[in-house]
Amino acid sequence: MSSVRNAILSRLRDAKPEAKTMEDITYQPWVSTDEKLITARFIKGLSASHAEVISTGHQDLSKLIEKVAVDKELQRIVLGTSGEFHEQIVQASKSLKTDFFDCDIKDWKSTLFNDVDAGITHCLAGIADTGTLVLWPDIAEPRTLSLVPPCHIALVKRSTIVSNFAELMEMQAWQNNMPTNIVLISGPSKTADIQQTLAYGAHGPSQLVVILIEDL
Amino acid sequence: MDKANNGVHIQELAPEHFHDQSKAALADPQLRQNFRGAMDYLKDKRKTAFSDPAEEKRIRDLSEAIRQRSLSKLPDLLEQLESNCIKNGIQVHWAETTEQANSIIAGIAGQHNAKNIIKGKSMVSEEIELNHEMEKLGIECLESDMGEYIVQLDGDKPSHIIMPAIHKNKQEVSDTFEKHLDDFTPTIDVDQLIKTGRTRLRKKFHDADIGLSGVNFAVAETGTLCLVENEGNGRMCTTVPNVHIAITGIEKVVEFLSDVPPLYSALTRSATGQAITTYFNMISSPRRAGELDGPEEVHLVLLDNGRSQAFADEEMRQTLQCIRCGACMNHCPVYTRIGGHAYGTTYPGPIGQIISPHMMGLDDTKDLVTASSLCGACGEVCPVNIPIPEMLQRLRQEAKNPPKNNSPAIKGQAAAASKIELLAMKGFAFAASHPSLYHLGSWSATKMRSFMPSNIGAWTQCRTAPKPAGKTLHQLIKARKQGQKS
Repeated sequence: MSSVRNAILSRLRDAKPEAKTMEDITYQPWVSTDEKLITARFIKGLSASHAEVISTGHQDLSKLIEKVAVDKELQRIVLGTSGEFHEQIVQASKSLKTDFFDCDIKDWKSTLFNDVDAGITHCLAGIADTGTLVLWPDIAEPRTLSLVPPCHIALVKRSTIVSNFAELMEMQAWQNNMPTNIVLISGPSKTADIQQTLAYGAHGPSQLVVILIEDL
Repeated sequence: MDKANNGVHIQELAPEHFHDQSKAALADPQLRQNFRGAMDYLKDKRKTAFSDPAEEKRIRDLSEAIRQRSLSKLPDLLEQLESNCIKNGIQVHWAETTEQANSIIAGIAGQHNAKNIIKGKSMVSEEIELNHEMEKLGIECLESDMGEYIVQLDGDKPSHIIMPAIHKNKQEVSDTFEKHLDDFTPTIDVDQLIKTGRTRLRKKFHDADIGLSGVNFAVAETGTLCLVENEGNGRMCTTVPNVHIAITGIEKVVEFLSDVPPLYSALTRSATGQAITTYFNMISSPRRAGELDGPEEVHLVLLDNGRSQAFADEEMRQTLQCIRCGACMNHCPVYTRIGGHAYGTTYPGPIGQIISPHMMGLDDTKDLVTASSLCGACGEVCPVNIPIPEMLQRLRQEAKNPPKNNSPAIKGQAAAASKIELLAMKGFAFAASHPSLYHLGSWSATKMRSFMPSNIGAWTQCRTAPKPAGKTLHQLIKARKQGQKS
């Protein structure tokens, strides 16, 4: 196949495109240093996308998750295997049937697909501009944890919320160290494919509960 | 076999039959109502999303600059993308033609003895007619985007690049489900219809051997594939099956990761008026050691299929800036009236009219480039400022004439050239530069005016036949001057 590759590349090079330098256009997406404004915009954006946002302090996190489980009538819940608030999550899930995502998906795919009501994850960050959660799934919290169960409960720390996507990427120098997968989540799964009518719960979670941990 | 566009069989839809297809579409009131409603909705959404004209201009100018910069380094960036993908563990394949792309995918399926491919939305996979080609080999490709799923059940093709089933209303979707799905109770409740799709497709995500997706942006700097979506089917396809194949056109590369946020914002706001989509999925590698899910293998198929022809010409290269938002079709008065199927190409509407000639040749697509009033709406809403009306005029020239200034011929060059037309033009040029002949001609026209037939073909289909005036302009002016003198 390298001949195909070379044929394509040489056709492109034959056009002798003149390399353009970096553009001199300033574009500033929404930005603020006011903590109140940042929080308000984050909550407003997520709520507009039909996510449920609940603020809480550190102390009562377990109780709050427990309450969400009762309200949403969750029976069976899947958790990761570590993370900053792992202990509180485990504590909160005591009254429920709990699975830990600690083995290869192929060993329990059917259970994950058919029997689990919710998955709980941490978040790397939040983006105020668009009301967005940023997840870096890893060994402790695999990709399908936030995707396959019909309800996704996400924990995000107030201190991790930034103004906009570009800022986050630049601040953390993502380009130097991309993980297998990064996913930005802005609300529960949705579609408007039938007669432009918005419907939630297309293929991903139909419910997104965001627990905003006030740590500032 | 199902029908589309009021009796035109879908298998026969082709750009060569554009005139018949558009006539049939225009005569279908339901289809016209569906498109009108959808286009008005999408135009309104876009307008709201760009509420500040100054901000709109800045982000469009920046998006244009990013795409032009990336294209200006395209061969180098493709090599950089390839080497970074390989470093990350993604296998990279190159295809010049749709046949090569299909055989690469068939080869991967063969290695895994795969019988099922679950697909996220990918217009490039439509371009190579993947479903059809894999079916021949006994491999089932199932669409999982809700719109694509509906369209596939009908044996149809997408009529819009963002909203594939836009030509149908909810009653028609219910009819489709009733016809093709067991135990479906007809309903026009959209939540129920979506729930039906969700339930039927869950099992397919669970069982599929391979997941296939498109790519919205491929980042050369990091070897990252970015996917934009709302439903979650794209995440499913790229996460659950053991093998993920991404297919994209060679033009989708951007230079830096930091090029992504503005383009993403311009894309979603232009496409559906959303500030952001539900999911933005950035894939940089297959499953790494210790990770418990995600595909073990990720493949990237880079398809040319005529793109390098557009690239060869600096003006037409702008066609490749496209980020596939669909705003040009949403705002096109022609598309709004005839819908997407009438074009007979994978990409309909204004962007389809300027990209399809490079993919299929002007011989097949010569009528498409004429299907525009050149009103300019497409160019005015394009998030990357592609001058679509100018491209259309350029392609009209190319369709009628041999290549100019030693530039290479494009596929199907001069396919619409007509000897009679050329002769008529030459004749007119001669007459117009020889006054006595010209006056004789115009004088005879005034004398013969009553012999003008009332039916002169296409012109009189929806207009009255023109009738030469009783006196020529020269005669009138002469008469006026004499009157002034006396």
